[in-house]
Amino acid sequence: MNLSELCEKLSLTVVAGDTGKTFDGVYAGDLLSRAMSHVEADNLWITIMSNINVIAVASLTEASAVLLAEDVELVPEALEAARDKEITVLSSPLTVYELCVKIGEFAS
Amino acid sequence: MSNNLNFHFNVDGENFSSAGEASVVVKKKLRQLGFPPDIIRRVSIAMYEGEINMVIHANGGDADVTVDDDYITIVLKDTGPGIPDVSLAMQEGYSTARESIRALGFGAGMGLPNMKKYTDSMEIDTTVGVGTTITMKIALNK
Ligand SMILES: Nc1ncnc2c1ncn2[C@@H]1O[C@H](COP(=O)(O)OP(=O)(O)O)[C@@H](O)[C@H]1O
Ligand SMILES: [Mg+2]
Repeated sequence: MNLSELCEKLSLTVVAGDTGKTFDGVYAGDLLSRAMSHVEADNLWITIMSNINVIAVASLTEASAVLLAEDVELVPEALEAARDKEITVLSSPLTVYELCVKIGEFAS
Repeated sequence: MSNNLNFHFNVDGENFSSAGEASVVVKKKLRQLGFPPDIIRRVSIAMYEGEINMVIHANGGDADVTVDDDYITIVLKDTGPGIPDVSLAMQEGYSTARESIRALGFGAGMGLPNMKKYTDSMEIDTTVGVGTTITMKIALNK
């Protein structure tokens, strides 16, 4: 699915990066070591972690985008890093669970 | 061998913000060099975990990555506290990370197990009070 389509369907805010690409598969979780080994290239990664280390992991795993749940905000240095590394970051007021359920509905 | 490549990084132990930077640079280089995605992924995971460990447990250190015809070798050397019980530290979920560090998403206790899992060999040379050197190899010839 296209990121821009996802943004539209879920009324996501685009925090950083471009949405003109697709994602394939989703990983949800906050522990960086877990994410590091489970986020696959082109995945959408849903998390409530918003520090700069999230950007490093997104970059290393080649996630398509990071989706921040519960309206958590990137700290300024993380936002800067996201722009610098061209990582797409989206956000939503919904919880991780609610986001997973909704995305699961589209996917089926 | 004339076509060996070496990358050296000083990993800052004070700065959680740059943690992972060396891994990001290595990943980029390997990509430019045209290595297969699977190899790049394994190197990225192993090096990231080792780099983070030096930052959160050992006050920083040095990372050296060497690429030769047969292996990508990652050597992480620190002069931190050392690991008193390596087999305990190797257990999934075991972590001594402080609460403040866990709040950043670290401390899953999966770093060392993942480093072992994603590399072809891993050696830990550690002495309490002296430091830790970890050598990991990823084979290039299939
Ligand atoms: N370079 C190091 N220096 C000292 N102790 C270390 C080092 N790397 C790992 N450790 C010890 O081994 C434990 C397990 O490491 P790891 O599996 O990466 O989990 P985590 O980093 O999440 O705690 C750490 O909590 C720490 O006690
Ligand atoms: Mg670790």
